[in-house]
Amino acid sequence: MTEGKTVLVVGGGMSGLTTAVEVAEAGYKVIIAEKTPYLGGRVAQLNKYFPKLCPPNCGLEINFKRIKNNADVSFYTLAEVEKISGQEGDFDVTLKINPRYVNDKCVGCNACAEACPVEMPNEFNFGLNKTKAAYIPHNQAFPFKYAIDGKHCKGASCAKCVEACKYDAIDLNMKPETININVGAIALATGWDLYDVTKLDNLGGGKIKNVITNMQMERLASPNGSTAGKILRPSDDKEAKNIAFVQCAGSRDENHLPYCSFICCMASLKQATYLREQYPDSKAQIFYIDIRTPGRYEQFYWKVKDDPNVTLTKGKVAKITEDPSSGDVIVEAEDILAGKKIKARFDMVVLAAGMVPSTKGSKISADISYTEDGFVKPSSLKKGIYAVGTLKSPVDVAKSVQDATGVAIKSIQSARR
Amino acid sequence: MEKKYGVYICKGCGIGEALNIDELTKDAARAAKIEPDAVRVHPVLCSPEGLELIKNDVKAGINTLTIGACSPRVKYEEFDFPGAITERVNLRELIAWSQEPKTEDTDMIATDYMRMGIIKTQKGELPEPNILQDLSKTILVVGGGISGLTAAIEAANVGYQVVLVEKEAELGGWAAELYKQTPMEYPYEKLEDPLVFSKVKEAESNPNIKIFKSSVVEKTDGQPGLFDVTIRKNGSSETIKVGAIIMAAGWKPYDASKLGHFGYGKPNVITSIQMEDMAKKGKIIRPSDGKEAKKVAFIQCAGSRDPNHLPYCSSFCCATSLKQAKYVREKNSDAIAMIFYKDIRTPGQTELFYKNMQNDPGVLLTKADVTGVSDAGNGNLFVEAENTLLGEKIRIEADLVVLAIGVVPATRAPQEYLDRLTEVSKKGDDAKKAYIESTPKPDFILNLQYRQGPEIPSLEDAYGFADSNFICFQYETRRTGIYAAGCVRQPMNVTDAQLDAAGTALKAIQAVEHIAKGIAVHPRAWDASFPDPLLIKCTACKRCTEECPFGAIDEDEKGIPFFKINRCRRCGTCMGACPERIVSFKDYSVDMIGSMIKSVEVPDEGFRIIVLACENDAYPALDSAGINKKRLNPSVRIIPVRCLGSTNLVWVADAFSRGIDGLILLGCKFGENYQCHFVKGSELADYRFSKVQETLSKLQLESDRCQLIQIAISDYDKLPEIIEGFVKKIEEVGPNPFKGF
Repeated sequence: MTEGKTVLVVGGGMSGLTTAVEVAEAGYKVIIAEKTPYLGGRVAQLNKYFPKLCPPNCGLEINFKRIKNNADVSFYTLAEVEKISGQEGDFDVTLKINPRYVNDKCVGCNACAEACPVEMPNEFNFGLNKTKAAYIPHNQAFPFKYAIDGKHCKGASCAKCVEACKYDAIDLNMKPETININVGAIALATGWDLYDVTKLDNLGGGKIKNVITNMQMERLASPNGSTAGKILRPSDDKEAKNIAFVQCAGSRDENHLPYCSFICCMASLKQATYLREQYPDSKAQIFYIDIRTPGRYEQFYWKVKDDPNVTLTKGKVAKITEDPSSGDVIVEAEDILAGKKIKARFDMVVLAAGMVPSTKGSKISADISYTEDGFVKPSSLKKGIYAVGTLKSPVDVAKSVQDATGVAIKSIQSARR
Repeated sequence: MEKKYGVYICKGCGIGEALNIDELTKDAARAAKIEPDAVRVHPVLCSPEGLELIKNDVKAGINTLTIGACSPRVKYEEFDFPGAITERVNLRELIAWSQEPKTEDTDMIATDYMRMGIIKTQKGELPEPNILQDLSKTILVVGGGISGLTAAIEAANVGYQVVLVEKEAELGGWAAELYKQTPMEYPYEKLEDPLVFSKVKEAESNPNIKIFKSSVVEKTDGQPGLFDVTIRKNGSSETIKVGAIIMAAGWKPYDASKLGHFGYGKPNVITSIQMEDMAKKGKIIRPSDGKEAKKVAFIQCAGSRDPNHLPYCSSFCCATSLKQAKYVREKNSDAIAMIFYKDIRTPGQTELFYKNMQNDPGVLLTKADVTGVSDAGNGNLFVEAENTLLGEKIRIEADLVVLAIGVVPATRAPQEYLDRLTEVSKKGDDAKKAYIESTPKPDFILNLQYRQGPEIPSLEDAYGFADSNFICFQYETRRTGIYAAGCVRQPMNVTDAQLDAAGTALKAIQAVEHIAKGIAVHPRAWDASFPDPLLIKCTACKRCTEECPFGAIDEDEKGIPFFKINRCRRCGTCMGACPERIVSFKDYSVDMIGSMIKSVEVPDEGFRIIVLACENDAYPALDSAGINKKRLNPSVRIIPVRCLGSTNLVWVADAFSRGIDGLILLGCKFGENYQCHFVKGSELADYRFSKVQETLSKLQLESDRCQLIQIAISDYDKLPEIIEGFVKKIEEVGPNPFKGF
């Protein structure tokens, strides 16, 4: 009953990984094509999940183990889809595999990174610190294999990494490869990007040093992040103990993102717990329009709200400015229920920035219609092609997993045709 | 299989620089009972040349390999030798990268680990799957609402036979009661006709789906692949065999009679369910006099988000009231709708529908804490509220009030009944009997003939929603091969219920396919091993049957356990629970780990600490500590275990009788936000450990010598310190007095 063609999953984040392992464990072959050098996507960048406050690497580890133990799953990293043609049950796909400049002999010893003289912004940490051009995205990365960033590497003229590698694992002449595969079904799981907060002029996004995004906050709080888990503000590495969270930074705003990004309320509540746990004398204030904690997340909201050092204020933030002498951030907002204006000083501000589907910026090479906001219109998809999770609407990890498992069965149905 | 041993040592990645490889080789050869020359040492074992070496040996008949190299978490493709017993000894992360190089202590760790690895291969066998006979791949779906219908259709469309059982006379469930559905696609403007009817047709015409209407599940016996399900219809019963079960029993509206404070009971106060019915029939009228309603007030969170009623959000009521406001406006353009909410919750793109509705001047919305609903004369009502956007205290007149009623899972009533039964049973048989006689029994759903109870257990504080890991592994329940779909898992709308149900159909397919191959389902979805108890030595103590987190073990009248292996998830909790130590897996046993512990060389001077580490989280965390070049205390020896639940108390005796000074169980958090992949493993280990500490005290061994530490995979940065702290404590307590005996 398990005869059918291979399923291609585009994207190796939580949605893609789940789709892939679920397909494989039902007895079908699957290939993952992931754009970055590692699997795990956005969730690998999170410190903890709401509402259980457990580390994402825990579930990822199990999923990686499922991949390691299942011969039916294979994956390409640094891979992009160039072309999709054909129909349900018979798609021809062209994948471009970008060079990693590191081959399978890599043992993960870090000698190349030590030798590399080039520093570049650490993308995994959203630019909060620097990394070498020979790097591993993070210390629990899968596959545990280094990569060299082609854009920043100085190439053969430097080659210090080549010299340093005892295992003959570096090949600076590696070229992009093209691979053609035939598959029965395609699951698109290319995920999401954070809204560009520099567009939020009034909130100081990208301009005020101590105004950061929610994803940067995750990296600040993560043990494998830029500060080894200490919540320090970027301007002066001072412990940030008094933090304002600004909800709907971009979301629910006709001038930016008209939709709700779903995760930001839970994310800010969660991040308030990072702060409260780290510094007993800390304070968090969350400015919101509505607190949206659907279903059983309500319990999590209650728990955080019960902390007297967490204040929830219904009202939109009008303006954020910097006090240049101290680096502090001044927030001006409305307290709707009290019917008054607030002006308050914080060590740092976290913008609960919204979610933008990856297809807003880079469209998939197939005939697909999108909403004005870049989401895939599911009914426009050709038979045999499915979109997962955040490509269709903003969702959290739980819903992505749910959707991914559902897409797995749909993909199997198509692969059997 | 006659074992032929091979031992391999890699010198790469700093291992060669950290260790005295000659001594390590000699010791390993002794342990493996092979010639020292036969031990293969290679500068880079994972290189093509290194691997060739091993492959050639395997070709020449070596079938039991111990490979001292990097962590088994990396280079898994390279060091994969099908058909051979292969044990990787982590000399890199746990020694070369985390210990001081070239010291006596460091060399002792390496010899201990190599010896343990070799013993593990000596004690283990390759697992062979146990495939039971006459397996069924049919999938049973309980519940014919939108979730059940979707699950049935999806599974049938992959080619599986499906049996769908619905207790009502018609399929469709609540989704068939709707007048219209909230917009589900961009631009989220138009209400849609209920889609459930097309699903009903599809299910009814699908030749792979057999439908039982007006039917209930009287009894579910057996195990995945071999469930015997008795279906009762019109007083007669029929038993069918199925392989996996999807439980999609749906939900009930919250009991509105408990909402007197919102005016329920007054003629013109209705629920959102009644509103659908009214809209379906035509006009929006007041029940009291049949006049068309002109000012309709919607009260959100009627039951939901209220600690005295439903302490969760019912997810779809905000969108439902917006939709019903549209009914009011479309059916009578003179009428207005007023929505009183705590927060408007239209997450994701549903926000666009909310925005569209906000643009209608006849729809008024305000945040409000509704404090009461009172009579305003002529059947009209006052909605009284505080903390609103219109003022601190307001009173607004309406001619019809609609309560946005909350969701109660169908699993809640049986769960509450069973919880109370358990509670009462603690007081004795008489109390139990009295409870059963005096309490009306709610509708059970599956009626499982399991020793651990008739339904899928709920999580504590989950208010009857079926158990689930909740984030990463949405569909896991504690009853293997049985999956919950739709509102029995959490409140969800029609769209989400379909996604959810499709997911459960896949999980059910995986279950029947894995069982056909004799391998486990999630999380050890590759594992062909299974618990094989030596029952002649069983004392019928019932610990395994009580502790199994998945209810995999039933027992006969004498209390002898009966392992239903298709229910088993291979966590080894039964192996840990058994005081007679009679439960073993081919590749994992009490004797194996015990022998590994006993193989640790205990020096006269200095301390030895054993760490039994959960292989899912604690071990990767230790590995990461090594990757980050964090120093681990050199007196510690780490042994990975499948789950802390598999920890047998005899290992404590094994350790202390040999002079080991301390023992740490390193595993996952338990309790409300448990992180154990086997749900209860670490919690059970903790319970057993609490008993050990009493025993230790009796032996005049300090109970401080044993500790269970809960950690997460991300705690690798703290781990070395945590272990250091424990070692310090042991140093204060002093050496094990049994040392040297």
